[in-house]
Amino acid sequence: MSKRIDVSGLTAYYGSHKAIEDISMNIEPRTVTAFIGPSGCGKSTFLRTLNRMHEVTPGGRVEGKVLLDDENLYGANIDPVAVRREVGMVFQRPNPFPTMSIFDNVAAGLRLNGNFKKSELGDIVEKSLKGANLWNEVKDRLNKPGSGLSGGQQQRLCIARAIAVEPNVLLMDEPCSALDPISTLAIEDLIGELKERFTIVIVTHNMQQAARVSDRTAFFNLAAVGQPGKLIEIDDTERIFSNPSVQATEDYISGRFG
Amino acid sequence: MSTAAASTLRGASLPKWSPYAIVGGSIVLGVLIGLVGGLDSKVQWGLIAGLLYVLGTYVIAARVEGRRQAKDRVATSLVWVAFVIAVVPLVSLIWVTVSRGVKVLDPYFLSHSMGVVANADTGGGAYAAIIGSLEQVGLATLIGAPIGILTAVYLVEYGRGRLAKAVTFFVDVMTGIPSIVAGLFILSIMLIFKMQPFGFAGSLALAILMMPVVVRSTEEMLKLVPNELREASLALGVPKWRTILKVVLPTSIGGITTGVMLAIARIAGETAPVLLLVFGNPFINNNPFEGAQSSLPLFIYQQYADSAGANAAYDRAWAASLTLIAFVMILNLVARGIARWKAPKTGR
Repeated sequence: MSKRIDVSGLTAYYGSHKAIEDISMNIEPRTVTAFIGPSGCGKSTFLRTLNRMHEVTPGGRVEGKVLLDDENLYGANIDPVAVRREVGMVFQRPNPFPTMSIFDNVAAGLRLNGNFKKSELGDIVEKSLKGANLWNEVKDRLNKPGSGLSGGQQQRLCIARAIAVEPNVLLMDEPCSALDPISTLAIEDLIGELKERFTIVIVTHNMQQAARVSDRTAFFNLAAVGQPGKLIEIDDTERIFSNPSVQATEDYISGRFG
Repeated sequence: MSTAAASTLRGASLPKWSPYAIVGGSIVLGVLIGLVGGLDSKVQWGLIAGLLYVLGTYVIAARVEGRRQAKDRVATSLVWVAFVIAVVPLVSLIWVTVSRGVKVLDPYFLSHSMGVVANADTGGGAYAAIIGSLEQVGLATLIGAPIGILTAVYLVEYGRGRLAKAVTFFVDVMTGIPSIVAGLFILSIMLIFKMQPFGFAGSLALAILMMPVVVRSTEEMLKLVPNELREASLALGVPKWRTILKVVLPTSIGGITTGVMLAIARIAGETAPVLLLVFGNPFINNNPFEGAQSSLPLFIYQQYADSAGANAAYDRAWAASLTLIAFVMILNLVARGIARWKAPKTGR
């Protein structure tokens, strides 16, 4: 259920502006990889190229290769919709569908794609909510609107929604930046459980979080404002936080940046 | 420092009842000036009272509280005066229409047509006009609303580049089309094919008038849908068209309904194109695709214009006006009901 990602020579643009340049990395299955780096360095842009969400932005385009188990996501005849079913995503701000109940939110991916059996839907929703550690909190009010939950619950609802379609990879774009420490802890615990089943890539501004949840950490940086962001290094999280091989990484992590 | 020292934070202030007192005083003064000065128009009395209210508020507040507070109170009083000026015509319009319209507005009026009733006689009713209005407006909505909503979906979700700009521009131009021009446009087509007036021709002209209004309001509503919802849906592997259909449109359905209802209200009152294309018919004609029909605004106009001052016809015109207002009002209530029922739910 979990696939490896190989990125090589990836460059992404917004119109004529080059946002990230020549990024190559390997992401192993059943691992958590964290992206850290200053604002505007292209972490989120890079993340969005991994499930072809980048091109949803007007003017967004990508050069280079992203291999998902040897299949190039940017190859000819690849359907971006099919890619996004394989590579799910959780966003910075919790965004449950406001017209749908909690149940419908989790079932949304299956229902809207039309490929499900009615009898299985309830089981899948329960399994996904349990997978997101939300089942006990919402099992008595599944038909209430999802927007009535707290921020942390909403974010876990969004995670449940993302894993309900059984993707191979889960991308998380600063999933905890809008949450309080307790909700953050709940999500971090969840990430630890989810990595048994999925390949997880997480963008975070919180370095302790990267150290806590990830197996590998990638540091992105940009030379100056307006310059494209680049991958400085990627290594085991322990090494990045104890003995990084590039001086810039050490400066950033120890707060001596700028 | 002693406690007796004057605090810079505290100042004299007018009692809570003072605004009401000033309103009462200025009305009394306005009436007095009107009576003494021999002014006939009550409107003048009202304007004088309003002026006195604003001036009085400023002078009194300036003397007691100071200039800054006086300016604040004047701003408040101006808002109230503007509110009253805006509400007076509205209330008087409804009052006059209701008081003159209820005279002949009864089930008989709603269920009979003018048929063989002469314009100067009492009796008769607006049934033919009501049927005509319902059919013409209904058909116009069936044509105009879907095209308008789809155009807005194109502009917001797909439109890039020149075509979208051109569409936006022409929608703006269409918003300003006088209704008679829309009528003439359809009439010119009818003349080419040598057709007689019929209800559906009126619907076409009304649909032209309706479309730009629907496009504008729907566009605004779709723009309000947060982009995050679209991305959330796309990231689940949902195709774009399904995202629009199942996420974007349901989220904005309340606003879209309101916009469509406002457009319907606009075209329900149109007289000019109906006069040109539907012609008017005192007899009941249920078929909008053949033969002249009537419609409520046209009925009102004809009762007024062709009656040569007969009171019975005036009464019918007022009753039809009341029917039209009630029709639009009921539509609005229904729309609000739908909007509330379908709107994104909140609460736990």
